[in-house]
Amino acid sequence: MDYQVEFRDVSVSYGKDVALKNINLQIPKNEIFGIIGPANAGKTTFLKAINRTLEFIHSAKTKGEILFDGKNVQQIRNVYGLRRKVGVVFPLPVGLPMSIYENVAYAPRRSGIHDKQDLEEIVVRCLKQAMLWDEVKDRLDMLGTKLSGGQQQRLTIARALSHSPDVLCLDEFSIAIDPVTTMKIEDVLADLKDEMTIILVTNLVQQARRLADQTAFFNKSELIEVGPTEKIFTTPDNQLTYDYVTGDFG
Amino acid sequence: MPETTPDSGSGFSLRRSIQKVVDFSEPAIVGLIHLCGWSAIIFVMAIFYFVFSESLPAITGLEEGLDHAEVEKLDMVEFTTSPKWIPESAKRPTFGILALMIGTLSVTVLSMIIAVPLGLGAAVYVSEFARGRSREILKVLIELLAAIPSVVWGFIGLVVLNPMLVDVTGEPVGLNILNAGIVLALMSVPIIVSVSEDALRAVPDSFREAGIALGANRWEMVYKVLFPAAKNGLLAAVLLGIGRGIGETMAVLMCTGHSVNMPTSVFDPVRTLTATIAAELGEAVRGDMHYHTLFLIGVVLFVFAFIINLTADLIVKGIKVQGNE
Repeated sequence: MDYQVEFRDVSVSYGKDVALKNINLQIPKNEIFGIIGPANAGKTTFLKAINRTLEFIHSAKTKGEILFDGKNVQQIRNVYGLRRKVGVVFPLPVGLPMSIYENVAYAPRRSGIHDKQDLEEIVVRCLKQAMLWDEVKDRLDMLGTKLSGGQQQRLTIARALSHSPDVLCLDEFSIAIDPVTTMKIEDVLADLKDEMTIILVTNLVQQARRLADQTAFFNKSELIEVGPTEKIFTTPDNQLTYDYVTGDFG
Repeated sequence: MPETTPDSGSGFSLRRSIQKVVDFSEPAIVGLIHLCGWSAIIFVMAIFYFVFSESLPAITGLEEGLDHAEVEKLDMVEFTTSPKWIPESAKRPTFGILALMIGTLSVTVLSMIIAVPLGLGAAVYVSEFARGRSREILKVLIELLAAIPSVVWGFIGLVVLNPMLVDVTGEPVGLNILNAGIVLALMSVPIIVSVSEDALRAVPDSFREAGIALGANRWEMVYKVLFPAAKNGLLAAVLLGIGRGIGETMAVLMCTGHSVNMPTSVFDPVRTLTATIAAELGEAVRGDMHYHTLFLIGVVLFVFAFIINLTADLIVKGIKVQGNE
């Protein structure tokens, strides 16, 4: 089987604090891979390790091998190319200080698309996928930072989709979005699965249950258990996992 | 509920009486804070009033001569358009500040051409690239640079830069626009760096992460994400630098050559508005035309400052309006 992302015995530490401990994990292509776990479990670090944005935290040290499409990410020369293959949505909305249009058109243009019509097509498609189009179609040249929190978050999703990434990392994307819109975006994600691999870090365990093919449970920097979502939510091997998914954790 | 011992009871009442004093003095403290805020306005208005009232006789007319029979008025057309500044002439004193305005503007513009890229570059380096100790050392040194008195800068221009410029450019004298521009640039750089560094630091890290995650390299991240996000602060930094350039007196007095001249190149000496006031106000006869005219130059400087602030306001507002629509 082809794995999109593979972690081989990966450990990450920030100075003395260990954020990930000996993680072994395979994420198959065109799957939605859910990651659940309490705060401080290492979920965000896991995402940052994939596209090597951990490098900007100076105390961060990574051990082990992370394979992206079969290639060790540490050995990838063109790190910007790697980052363009990974779309990331952060938990808090970040509308970059450019127009709405530019926010979405930025990454495609960076990867060499300059044709105006092509760009516009991408912008429209991504904004529609992120359920933002109807709200902003008349004011695409407004600053992205002027949108409301929930709108900015959907703009972030549109931006992450804009470079047609191989992997879409969603880090608790729905905490700033209302439940109705969240459900709509979840539908879009389920459709997007055909085009890309989606890694869904979420605090809403039911969201993982609704969407994910496989789910991994992280706790205190360790991978406790990974398996098909139904199994994780009904008959997990580990007692901790069971407590967490049933809300008995603590 | 624990039992109340006599000790804790007295403590309680003491605390209560302190609380009473605090409550009581609240209006006084509020008043004091109001006063601090308003004092800034009062001082500015007072300076405004003083400078304007001292310059007014030059415009409305001045009684001259022993019998107060003649009324002398400053020719405003000559004042603004004549390059001749000959206030002490016995035959016919001429008060034209065109050359002085050109002097101030040329030195300021040149210094900004040098200082803005240098200052912004340094700020980007300090806030985004320098790490750990080198960053701390840089910050301290830059702040130290801001603390050097302007007369020392003037001295450096006069003694160090002057012979260097003579050697390099082959001009007979190295006291000119270029010299003053360089010295002023070095003086404005620390202000530009520290203000714009604060502005860049204030941009949340999530912006950087988002830019990086989109595949931007670091330069693009700075240029496309940080600069727009911090633009108000950066603009303020540049304007403070310009303000320093226009207002600076001692260093330009020593470095420009201080000769009234319409410059044709950066190697020409000039004289600035501020330096003229500083050099001549002590000698001008109080109540004389010369004296009032020097205050009128002060008014011109006020107008300059006003125009700069207004432009800045309009630019910032312009950006905002564009964002809202």
